[in-house]
Amino acid sequence: MKTFFTELFKKANKGPWPLIITLSLLLVGTITVYQSPRSLTAFLTLMLCPLMLYFLKINSKVKLFIGLLLVIVIVPVLGIRNIFYLEVIFQMAVFAALALGLNIVIGMAGLLDLGYVAFYAVGAYTWAIFGSKQLSLLHSIPGAAPAGAAFALAPEWFWLFLFLGVGLAALAGILLGLPVLRLRGDYLAIVTLGFGEVIRVLALNLDKPINLTNGPQGITPIQRPPLPPDFILDPIRQLLAPVVGHAVTDAQLYNVFFYFLALIVILVAIMVARRLEDSKIGRAWTAIREDETAAIAMGIPLVRLKLAAFAAGASFAGCMGVVYAANRTFVSPETFSFLQSIGVLTMVILGGLGSIPGVIFGAAVVVLLNIQILQNFSLYLSELRQGDTVIPIINFAWKNLSNQLDPAKYQKLVFGIILVVMMIYRPSGLIPAERRQRELAEETE
Amino acid sequence: MALLQTTDVVKRFGGLVAVNKISISLEPGRIASIIGPNGAGKTTFFNTLTGIYTPDEGQITFNDRSLIGLRPDQVSERGISRTFQNIRLFGAMTVLENILVGMHTQLKQSALDALFRTKRFHDEERDSENRAKELMAYVGLKNVGNQLARNLPYGGQRRIEIARAIAANPALLLLDEPTAGMNPNETADAIKLFRRIRDDKGITILLIEHDMRVVMGISEHISVMDYGEKIAEGTPKEIRDNQRVIEAYLGREAAASMD
Repeated sequence: MKTFFTELFKKANKGPWPLIITLSLLLVGTITVYQSPRSLTAFLTLMLCPLMLYFLKINSKVKLFIGLLLVIVIVPVLGIRNIFYLEVIFQMAVFAALALGLNIVIGMAGLLDLGYVAFYAVGAYTWAIFGSKQLSLLHSIPGAAPAGAAFALAPEWFWLFLFLGVGLAALAGILLGLPVLRLRGDYLAIVTLGFGEVIRVLALNLDKPINLTNGPQGITPIQRPPLPPDFILDPIRQLLAPVVGHAVTDAQLYNVFFYFLALIVILVAIMVARRLEDSKIGRAWTAIREDETAAIAMGIPLVRLKLAAFAAGASFAGCMGVVYAANRTFVSPETFSFLQSIGVLTMVILGGLGSIPGVIFGAAVVVLLNIQILQNFSLYLSELRQGDTVIPIINFAWKNLSNQLDPAKYQKLVFGIILVVMMIYRPSGLIPAERRQRELAEETE
Repeated sequence: MALLQTTDVVKRFGGLVAVNKISISLEPGRIASIIGPNGAGKTTFFNTLTGIYTPDEGQITFNDRSLIGLRPDQVSERGISRTFQNIRLFGAMTVLENILVGMHTQLKQSALDALFRTKRFHDEERDSENRAKELMAYVGLKNVGNQLARNLPYGGQRRIEIARAIAANPALLLLDEPTAGMNPNETADAIKLFRRIRDDKGITILLIEHDMRVVMGISEHISVMDYGEKIAEGTPKEIRDNQRVIEAYLGREAAASMD
């Protein structure tokens, strides 16, 4: 079975085949998604295209062209036809950034962090508090907001807070790092788990004595950064309207806007992660992961580098937290539960600990599974439940199928199964980490 | 003037005195050994020198500056590198990267240099990569630069460890049983390598060793430890004839029956 696939892959990766495969996926995907925007199969076909683009051997200029075409033209256009796809991709990008950050802490430096989502919360609440009316509600009872409260800051401040979120999350990372420096393995995991819960409980309870977080109700509305001025948008609206078949609303433009924003953040995150990995700092992190005693004997200051790992990892989450708060215009403590941390961990392990392309792939797969595949399966089951069909041999009517068996509720089960299966059969992940191969003159002799 | 000087260093673990008032003095440019039966406290002594343990009493000076209270990374920065009794490589990194990690304290690049890929970053990376290749050739590693360190055979791993240790440009190299588990040919090569390191690079070497052929063949000065104490020191010839050393190794009765 395994050899069959590797053989197939080898055959497909020769001559003109990579280009033919990628282009036909792109074409078929685009047309089918355009024709039937609600079809899951069509969307998955299109999603295969970037994957093939990554794996197959194609001229890098052609690759870049296809990639840009897909990202800048095709996806936004299709996304306006079915706005849900932009949402899916936005979530993929958000979680890919989180996975990249967690990958620095766990994958590179080997520090097991089970409360990673806390840094995401720090970023999200930073913009939530300053970008909403919360600052003028500090002394009012939660839920009884007086009318006429004003926004504290103009929406343009969002751009500054994007960087503030990075800084504050990094600071939170250092704060977490300080007490846990001496801990390893299991002990570290437990303390970070506690830290994650502390941040969530703080968000839950800081509605008294002053109402900073508005408690369990969460903060809303949070401002979004303003869209570009009309003289830029109008031509885009006119251009898009005939293609998508209806007038483009501001809400849809916002979806496109956040899609691009998330994409930019993720590109920066990838670049930062790769450049750090392939430098003195990244090598020191990996050395610490591999053997702490030997690393320190080589002159690596453990304290400084572990704090740097926590701070760097946290900053990715902080940045995406700010973006998330603006996108949703709402944050509440529920979003930052322990399960969310485990979700990000699942992405990292599924994709491959320490592997940058791996964790991005992991994030994409888990998000697709969670918000599309399981949901679609649920829908399908509930349709069956409403019909009169009967499973033939065992003579079981779909009507009698219990509501408890709703696949959308299987999220935790799926995380669990992924973690167990991966740990047993493929502990290094779907796209395992590889060390950089350098040119060695002696080897060519 | 001594490069490394310890005065009455004591390290206790509960009631056990693992290192008891050890004073040694190491001249620069020497190859010296510490020998002793298993459990004599040799490795513990190394660990107090390198900052893994803090001595309970006594003084350690290196280049006339005290090492007491320094962390291992600070000791390494002062110019003391070491290898380990049971090889401790960064297994999932390539051989070349292992050596680059050894250069950690030498590299000046900051995180910002790495993020913006400044000229300083590129220059330094290229230079250090070239130096690492030279070091690999120097210790006799061929065509393995891109392999993961854990995939190399035992002898190769020992060589990486030594290359990694001298990558830090140390003044003093501590080798903890560097030829353990080697066959006679490999041992002979290792001895040559140690001599070369001292002769070419002027690095002073202090080694712990069990293999008497190695110790007697290479050392210019030997200190003997037993039950945490220094029981003898001197040239190889003096040690070979020392009655207390023979007793420590063979036991009092066996030594007596030899006479």
